[in-house]
Amino acid sequence: MSLASVLLVAFAVFAIGLYGVLARRHAIAVLLSIELMFNAVNLTIVALSWSRGLLSGVVLVLFAIAITVAEIAVGLSLVLLAARRAKTVVLDELSELRG
Amino acid sequence: MRDAAFWILALILLAGALVVVSARSLVRAAFGLTAALTATAGLYLLLTAPLLAAVQILLYTGGVLTLVVFAIVVVGGEATGGKFRKPFPAAVAAVAVFATLARVIPSLPAGAPRGGLDAGAAIGASLFFRDYVLPFELLSVLLLSAVLGALLLARKDRPE
Repeated sequence: MSLASVLLVAFAVFAIGLYGVLARRHAIAVLLSIELMFNAVNLTIVALSWSRGLLSGVVLVLFAIAITVAEIAVGLSLVLLAARRAKTVVLDELSELRG
Repeated sequence: MRDAAFWILALILLAGALVVVSARSLVRAAFGLTAALTATAGLYLLLTAPLLAAVQILLYTGGVLTLVVFAIVVVGGEATGGKFRKPFPAAVAAVAVFATLARVIPSLPAGAPRGGLDAGAAIGASLFFRDYVLPFELLSVLLLSAVLGALLLARKDRPE
């Protein structure tokens, strides 16, 4: 297990998540894809700090995970709000603010 | 042994990621994300960060996915969950980003890394209560405000 192989896996997961963000139309599916990209970034940070023998990367990722939980809670309640008010969670149909 | 474990976990991670972006049913996508996040926790274990693996399973796989499944139940993901928008340009963009990122691989230092973080108890005991006390406490304020904000957004009799 080398640093390069871990980084390659993390980059591939990041790219897959990016595809999901761009291609999917359901708001919750886009949120799930964002989680994938976020997870890939965490994996990159941990792998780099592992290869250097530093602890600070692990602490950074611990804080980042806690912040993501807050982000998901707010994001999902926004989706629930959109479902109630606009009667849709398909992102292309949420065009109320389009100029 | 370590290599075999790494490649198995990497395969589970990539397969779960592909399920997340391609499954027509959102519930299936959520379970793909479960597999991917759990495999990532295993990778953290291999990278000698066991505390991170525990946090990943507890917060992510436990907390986030419960929320997501609950939201799917409320919103309903079966009818519209399978719709895709122009998959081909998105795939081109994803491949381009991957190629750009992968260009750093040849410039990495060759040979086995030093490895070993010796993490675990050290983080909990010393770092959080000595070096990172202020961010740690600020984090609790942030979580509290997120909970209040989510409640305010989601309640039915919201004052306009």
